[in-house]
Amino acid sequence: MTSSSSYVDTRILGSVIESRLAERLPRTVIEELKTILMRYQLTEEQLEKLISEVEKELEKNSVDPGEPVGMVAAQSIGEPSTQMTLRTFHYAGVRELNVTLGLPRLIELVDAKKTPSTPLTYIYLRPEYKNNREKAIEVARKIELTKVINVTLRIDVNFLSNAIVIILDRDMLEDKGVSVDEVVKVLQKAVKKAKVMQSSENPYEIIVQFEEALDPTKVERLREKILQTRIKGVKGINKVIIQRREDEYVLVCEGSNLAELMQLEEVDYRRIRTNNIKEVESVLGIEAARTLLVEEIMNVLEEQGLDVDIRHIMLVADMMTRTGVVKAIGRHGVMASKDSPLAKAAFEITVKNLIDAAAKGEVDKLLGVTESVIVGNYIPIGTAKVGIIFNPHIKK
Amino acid sequence: MAEEKIVSAIKFGILSPDEIRKMSAVQVTSPETYDEDGTPKSYSVMDPRLGAIEPGQVCPICGNTIKGCPGHFGHIELALPVINVLFVKHIYELLKATCSRCSRLKISPEAFERYRKYLFRLKERYPYLAKLFMEYIKRQAMKVTECPYCGAKQPKIKLEKPTTFYEQDPETGDRIRLNSRDVRKRLEMIPNEDLELIGYDPRDSRPEWMVFTVLPVPPTAIRPSILIETGIRSEDDITHKLVDIVRTNERLREHLSSGAPEIIIDDMWELLQYHVTTYLDNEVPGIPPAKHRSGRPLKTLAQRLRGKEGRFRGNLSGKRVDFSARTVISPDPYLSINEVGVPTDIAKILTIPEKVTDWNIDELRRYVLNGPSKWPGANYVVTPDGRRIDLRYVRDRKSVAESLAPGYVVERHLKDGDVVLFNRQPSLHRMSMMGHVVKVLPGRTFRLHLAVCPPYNADFDGDEMNLHVPQTEDARSEARLLLKVQSHILTPRYGGIIIGAIQDYISGAYFLTIKSMLLERDEVIKLLAAAGVVKEPPEPAILSPKKLWTGKQIVSMFLPQDFNYHGKANISSGHLKCDDINCFWDSYVVVKQGKLLMGVLDKKSIGAEQQDSLLYWLSKEYGVEVGALFMDKLFRMFLRVLELRGFTLKLDDVAIDEEGRRQIIQLQQEAFEKVRNLVEQYVRRELEVVPGRSLEESLEIRILEVLAEARDKAGEIAVARLNPFNNAFVMARTGARGNVLNLTQMAATLGQMTVRGERIWRGYMGRALPHFKQNDLGALARGFVVNSFYTGLSVTEMFMHAAGGREGLVDTAVRTSQSGYMQRRLVNALIDLYVDYDYTVRDSEGSIIQFIYGEDKADPIKAPHGRIVNIERVVEKVLGSSK
Repeated sequence: MTSSSSYVDTRILGSVIESRLAERLPRTVIEELKTILMRYQLTEEQLEKLISEVEKELEKNSVDPGEPVGMVAAQSIGEPSTQMTLRTFHYAGVRELNVTLGLPRLIELVDAKKTPSTPLTYIYLRPEYKNNREKAIEVARKIELTKVINVTLRIDVNFLSNAIVIILDRDMLEDKGVSVDEVVKVLQKAVKKAKVMQSSENPYEIIVQFEEALDPTKVERLREKILQTRIKGVKGINKVIIQRREDEYVLVCEGSNLAELMQLEEVDYRRIRTNNIKEVESVLGIEAARTLLVEEIMNVLEEQGLDVDIRHIMLVADMMTRTGVVKAIGRHGVMASKDSPLAKAAFEITVKNLIDAAAKGEVDKLLGVTESVIVGNYIPIGTAKVGIIFNPHIKK
Repeated sequence: MAEEKIVSAIKFGILSPDEIRKMSAVQVTSPETYDEDGTPKSYSVMDPRLGAIEPGQVCPICGNTIKGCPGHFGHIELALPVINVLFVKHIYELLKATCSRCSRLKISPEAFERYRKYLFRLKERYPYLAKLFMEYIKRQAMKVTECPYCGAKQPKIKLEKPTTFYEQDPETGDRIRLNSRDVRKRLEMIPNEDLELIGYDPRDSRPEWMVFTVLPVPPTAIRPSILIETGIRSEDDITHKLVDIVRTNERLREHLSSGAPEIIIDDMWELLQYHVTTYLDNEVPGIPPAKHRSGRPLKTLAQRLRGKEGRFRGNLSGKRVDFSARTVISPDPYLSINEVGVPTDIAKILTIPEKVTDWNIDELRRYVLNGPSKWPGANYVVTPDGRRIDLRYVRDRKSVAESLAPGYVVERHLKDGDVVLFNRQPSLHRMSMMGHVVKVLPGRTFRLHLAVCPPYNADFDGDEMNLHVPQTEDARSEARLLLKVQSHILTPRYGGIIIGAIQDYISGAYFLTIKSMLLERDEVIKLLAAAGVVKEPPEPAILSPKKLWTGKQIVSMFLPQDFNYHGKANISSGHLKCDDINCFWDSYVVVKQGKLLMGVLDKKSIGAEQQDSLLYWLSKEYGVEVGALFMDKLFRMFLRVLELRGFTLKLDDVAIDEEGRRQIIQLQQEAFEKVRNLVEQYVRRELEVVPGRSLEESLEIRILEVLAEARDKAGEIAVARLNPFNNAFVMARTGARGNVLNLTQMAATLGQMTVRGERIWRGYMGRALPHFKQNDLGALARGFVVNSFYTGLSVTEMFMHAAGGREGLVDTAVRTSQSGYMQRRLVNALIDLYVDYDYTVRDSEGSIIQFIYGEDKADPIKAPHGRIVNIERVVEKVLGSSK
């Protein structure tokens, strides 16, 4: 670079790029351009050429108006899904937990199911807790839903003495960090018309002494009630596993309950993450739900080693969330909000849609693709979207 | 040809009795359809006034023959009103939402006015919300228990499926039956303004029209009768149903006029309701479907519309087409990727209408002279006045050829150079239907280039494909410019290459480009001839003692002069791995100034479904034509390399020596020992438990780990003992076919068979096969296959292997239906979206889905790596080399 023209001051380089391209390029690309160009001594001429080259690329790589991006997105997700394995369960890093992946998970996502078949929550902890294994375990114990059944070795019904006798599992008590007293306390609260006490012979034996005679027809339900009594933990969090990620401990939970978990003081609510779309929608809002939807679909595809451009997935997610609530891709969701009775009839539930249209006196304006195909018009997309007007009288 | 008209909108509504009468050609009263002599009876459902159906018959209404008569409706005057089942839900809701005495919508006058004004504004701005709001008003009205107009206490309306309504007094609980006449009366009384507020359109669908008093009889043309050879006439299901309705209706009318007891009339009425219900929809829940004499349920009106083969999905969204062909496919490497080989037999049937002009008249005359049975000929000639001359029946073709003049149209045979659409089902993406250039060939199969197999997902084990001939000039030019195979080298899914080298092409490329490939002049000429190139080879790499060329030199002849590329090869893995140009194993590809300097070409650089490959940058920077030409020429050369050298997979390729065998066996014995230990620990309940798992699960997890490791190690031993230039290994390394796991299974051991990710245990009680003891948890009893395909499987191993293999088959069967349905839903939901000129994504109504497509308006097919601008490539281009 021996050119005599003056060099661009690296200090103003950033702002020059910024002012020339900021509105047309995404942030990340601008930053990348800046950091790369900082490494060079550029002449003004070269910078000019670079910018014009970037502009040219920008123009060249943009979508063509009229492009049927919806169709392409649908195909780009649908086609690789035929190559996915159906094997539902796979260990996602943690072999202790089953996670639905592959095609079933993808279908679950586009169906906008209320709860995923395997809800998961990743809890990151506040700085005071995150580096200490002991503290992490403590938090885990606190949030893991522990029921009486989890710490019970055996349970017997004694009709003679009108009592239900529970023998607790010492190892499990220790593992869950529950004391016998705690169990007694919760049981006393849960069971009516009975006295709960610790046995005098065996410290791990709890006797639930009833005042009235036990009704043999109801004892089964009573037993179940006792076993299902919650000792502690957050509702819906069935299992917690502690994982080390880089320099911190992360709690991986089976089940999800964002609203309650985020309120815990130990939990870093900014980084908590779940795979439950509907829950995120109700707790964090529709934008968060959209982002999560995109990430989850990308994860499923990537895990299967399938490459799909994120733009296709964003389009699907935008379509699902555009009304402000997460809607399923299907007859009750996105399709139900279409205007054209013919398009709806051609998809599913043909007769009902036609009848509704007749009752309401609806008008099909035949703007969509399906309707156009039905009546034999050109489809309003791509090359058939544009018209050519030719004026033979114009000279020159 | 008829005048061309474009439908601009379709309005839906309900036919009113007046309209039905007005459009009726005949009132149907006779349940008998034919006289003794077989002529259709007047006033029956086969009345000739319903339209001409037989050839030669002239329609008494419109005077047309079968060709021109559109068919005419008739009508049946029902003796008593009958509810239209299809509208039952609407009737029910309307009855509930309106007062049982005065039939006003049960919304107080103040609220009514407020809602009306609000709705008016909403409809203009947010039609979607207006719909929801009207639904809300309806629900509101349905809850009211006292009429705000007349003050009447509202009884509860009950619907007994499918068509019976009851009124229930909320206090006493008494039920009174509402018959169809009562229902209709109430619906009649609902004022128009009230209906508009809850979303009904009183002009085109008054609610009382949901109860029939007059039933339209569809024209005979839509329910043709079939004549069986024996002369017996078989009527359409709908005709049967109509006869039932007419018969019941006439009997009911007789009963009414003769003053029969009410019970009999009610029974008759009920029967009429049943017939009308099943006539409309024979799958209504709650009533038995009407059956044919043979016991087959009748296919009535709703059944004709519904489902995959129904009118909508079967005939309106998808149609059968002419000018198409289907046959088995087979490969032909000597075609261009843009071509398709069409059998002459097919080319003689498919035609293209070509207008006669001064410039093509001689050629077209020749085709006409050749006639329909000699290719290239023509099948029809269309004169300017629209007459079609079928050349099959023309005795003197010469005179027809003479008579050709500009303005005539000749429907000539398909010939070389025409564009056609070529398709293989399932059509999962747009690359499943591409434009090909016709090449008429002898034989009976379609021929295609092997590189286009991946986008079609085709192979040649009996696959069939379809071919369509576009008939208009716009369609043909669109096919030529947008649909040709070369325009689809890149996939919009991720912007990578989808058409590229597969299988033998890759092996051939590898052998041509390895360092030891030195060619003499005559060999070079042979290869270049295979590629169809007549060019002097460059200066040979070795001049003495003999002039010798390297394979890389030959490949370089096909690269553009200023092309640069560098990247890893597929063989760069394991101990052959190289990360940069200092590569001993020649597994790093470098192209500088159009010269392949180092590295072997394999799947990573020229293969299909690869990213950032040599082929990708070639197509990207020099255009798809260059890419297509590269494939056409060079790929043929790669095959010639294999032909000259010889290439096969032989048994010895996967044979390993005694020593290796011994090592593998020993390895397996050790693994079995470990398994035995684990089982013992488990029995003694001393096994370390995986957190969150039961003892049994922990054991299984541990055993699977141990055995998987044993298989992998055995594979390593086997692969290490294979000659790196043995053909099977070469294929695996270059990515041509197979992988190391396949080699392991052939040479060393099959390893653990699994079903649903578990060792095989189902079958007998406590064991999978009777050859084992009960509750044997050992490796062999649970499906570990010690043998390899080379050594052969034992009996038990064969069964275990089959069990594992079956899972794969079931899996694919289940998966295809699931993913197919998901894709159908996705497509239906997203089909209308397009990018507008302002780069917004909009749906068919113009609502915005995304403000900028993909947040950066980058087209996935063009943007490298999903980035709209590849900075490094730009910098490299402007400043020379990047740092």
